[in-house]
Amino acid sequence: MSNEELKVKITELLPAATFEEGGEWLTTNIEPKDWLPLAQQLRNDDSLYFDYLFCLTCIDWKTHLTMVYHLSSTKYRHNIVIKSKLDRSNPEIETVSHIWRTAEFHEREVYEMFGVNFLNHPDLRLLILPDGWEGKNPLRKDFEDPINMIKL
Amino acid sequence: MFEEVGTTTEGDIIINVGPQHPATHGVLHLVITLNGETIKKVEPHLGYIHRSIEKMCESLSYRQFIYVTSRMDYLSSHINNHACALCVEKGLQVEVPPRAQVIRVLMDELTRIASHELWWGAMAMDLGAFTPFFHAFRERESINDIMEETCGARLTMNYMVPGGVMQDLHPNFQKKVKEFMQLYKRKIHEYDELVTGNIIFQNRMKNVGYLSAEDAVSYGCSGPAARGSGVSCDIRKIYPYEIYDKLEFDEVLETGGDSFARYMVRIREMQQSIHIIEQLIDNIPEGDFQAKTKAVLKLPKGEFYTRVETARGELGVYIVSEGGTTPYRIKFRSPGFSNLSVLDHIARGSKLGDLVAMMGTLDLVIPDIDR
Amino acid sequence: MWSFSNIANNLHKWLSETFNPTMTLIIEMVLAGVAVIGLFAALGLVLVIMERKVSAWMQIRLGPNRVGPKGMLQSLADTLKLLVKEGLTPNGADKLLFNLAPFVAMIVAMLLMAPIAFAKDFQLWDLNIGVLYVSAISSIMVISILMAGWASNNKYSLMGAMRSGAQIVSYELSAGLSILAVVVMTGSLQVSDIIYSQADGWWIFKGHIPMVIAFVTFIIAVTAETNRAPFDLAEAESELTAGFHTEYSGMKFALFFLAEYVNVFIVCAIGATLFLGGWMPFHIGNWTQFNHVMDYIPSSIWFFGKTFFLIFVIMWFRWTFPRLRIDQLLNLEWKYLLPISMINLLIVTAMAILKWHF
Repeated sequence: MSNEELKVKITELLPAATFEEGGEWLTTNIEPKDWLPLAQQLRNDDSLYFDYLFCLTCIDWKTHLTMVYHLSSTKYRHNIVIKSKLDRSNPEIETVSHIWRTAEFHEREVYEMFGVNFLNHPDLRLLILPDGWEGKNPLRKDFEDPINMIKL
Repeated sequence: MFEEVGTTTEGDIIINVGPQHPATHGVLHLVITLNGETIKKVEPHLGYIHRSIEKMCESLSYRQFIYVTSRMDYLSSHINNHACALCVEKGLQVEVPPRAQVIRVLMDELTRIASHELWWGAMAMDLGAFTPFFHAFRERESINDIMEETCGARLTMNYMVPGGVMQDLHPNFQKKVKEFMQLYKRKIHEYDELVTGNIIFQNRMKNVGYLSAEDAVSYGCSGPAARGSGVSCDIRKIYPYEIYDKLEFDEVLETGGDSFARYMVRIREMQQSIHIIEQLIDNIPEGDFQAKTKAVLKLPKGEFYTRVETARGELGVYIVSEGGTTPYRIKFRSPGFSNLSVLDHIARGSKLGDLVAMMGTLDLVIPDIDR
Repeated sequence: MWSFSNIANNLHKWLSETFNPTMTLIIEMVLAGVAVIGLFAALGLVLVIMERKVSAWMQIRLGPNRVGPKGMLQSLADTLKLLVKEGLTPNGADKLLFNLAPFVAMIVAMLLMAPIAFAKDFQLWDLNIGVLYVSAISSIMVISILMAGWASNNKYSLMGAMRSGAQIVSYELSAGLSILAVVVMTGSLQVSDIIYSQADGWWIFKGHIPMVIAFVTFIIAVTAETNRAPFDLAEAESELTAGFHTEYSGMKFALFFLAEYVNVFIVCAIGATLFLGGWMPFHIGNWTQFNHVMDYIPSSIWFFGKTFFLIFVIMWFRWTFPRLRIDQLLNLEWKYLLPISMINLLIVTAMAILKWHF
């Protein structure tokens, strides 16, 4: 399906979704509370069939956080990008690790680096950082570490 | 030091494999719950080689950050650099000259062969046969010598720049690569006799670590780990970049899903890489090896994503730019990260000796996972 | 004139003339003990350097080549290193068993030297159940491995020892059955009888196909008994970091190491004695000229030549094949080797009764 057809289909599934212009893939902005139902439909719908979550990350825009999900379909070979704005003081979003099992590790990484709380995640704890780094969220833009960080 | 991992019943012991261990390639710490010889749960503890590359790149310029990525998956360093250069070029909308494209693809394929060689040698050594390791390194040495002449380094070759390659090929390059090809085609049959056809190897790898196709896709596996289960995911075929759409090569798929299928995929991929190199080595076009770009690069505001096929799977580079000289956020989607998450799933119920075969065929390089 | 048996006999005569019988016996025992220990040490040195050089040449590299001419004095350097290393006993280890295990391994190896015939009429003790003695004493090896694994207070060592115990106990059966094949053909358990019965040809040729099968199962079984690759799970480096001898260092490790190599020598010596004729030269039926020429080569050279050939074959296995998993290993024994050896034994018995051998 081309980007226009995907746009039509996504608006059908979630009328509240907005779209960004530019970029090679369709970029959709949604509310965090709409993510889980939309994710299930993206996975289960026969004409969409997004079964491959290939990138899950977060971006810190100093006023808010944005979750970015890149999805692809092994059947139809179309790609889509889903973004969701999170509140910086209490970032929370539903987990999708029961839909795409790869999200388990990726969400743990986002949790430790940005502090996003994934609701109903089976095992949310630090993955790459050692013990004692809970709550420090190094990839946020306001992370300060006077000893180890050298500002160029 | 680590929390109780789940519930343990009578008779379970918890052992640590790593971080320093002859079989884990790099510093991987696995906490394994065993009952006798049967594995009940495998939990990886990562982060021993975490160097915060993503945070570092936020303060490096677009020309500088490419070279930090050689240290991520150091066995396919050319391919990592290539991915970053492609992403920056996408942002700058720069056209890479044909000579540079061909040189990049040649270097990529040579790196793929070198990486699979090391994988093969290390895998055989883990299973107990020490001799193939030396044979593999003998071939790898020839490739390293070729790289050293042109790029100046043997492991982390900082050769790609946005727009092309850093300098032209050495005059000996074509001759040496052709000699290497001749030698290599004979040796690869030796490997089949020594290792692949050996009944002990086959028994160690057949029916070990079965991964179904749906699980492979759900866990985000890519590269030979997924192709061994029949999932078609070769980026060079599906979303071709550079000149891969003009080359003739097969995507190697096996439907077994066990370790032996993943092993055979990599062996056949080595043969396919030779085929690609043969098509290109005599037809390197003349021209520039680098497109003209400004000294200080500034990407326009926006987001850019490129994906390439490294020796381990799909590497994705995601650059978010605010218009400045340094990237605002870079995310490297490494293939090893997802391949590792499937280890717990396939290891439950097998024996400790099988874990070594499984880790070997998933081809984990830990710096790639930890970044 | 200079054969080993002559020297031994002359020495015995001189001693019994000079001293009273008790004293003679005591001096002979001391001399035999010293000779065995000396042989031990010499074998250890030679086998270590042989393994390293053979493995190196098979892996397209040179091996040790700095210490001494072509690296021949490497084992001396290794021995010196092991002697001056600190011998640690881990915290919580069972001290008595921990210290006793390597010595049990050495004692077993030394006891097994007794019935082996190194040259014509040159045996320490030609007892009438020589072959049974060898089979029985080699079973004690399991005890030392289990002691080492258990007393180390280390999960890895325990797993390695358990695996090794299961493996050795299983493979003893096949080894025993293959030895029995030769015993049935000869009709005697005495080592010198077995050797003399090969005066007109070695059993591996006289007994044609069933004897070759027995030989092959024997080689596989003894490779497993001595924990050599491809059956070396007990010390699988890439899985268990050295298995049952992980916690040993210094002299005690040296004893285990030495005991392993001497065990390899002994089982190859038994194999050479039973199947390849021991110190018997290579005779072909009635070719008297050829036989006469073969007789010129001293018998000890024949014996050591055959034994070292078998040692080379066992080393060759180590550097070619990967390791078998524990369940595959036990499968191989109980489902394949044991039935084959049993049926082979029946065939050999039929062959012996009906005289279908050469």
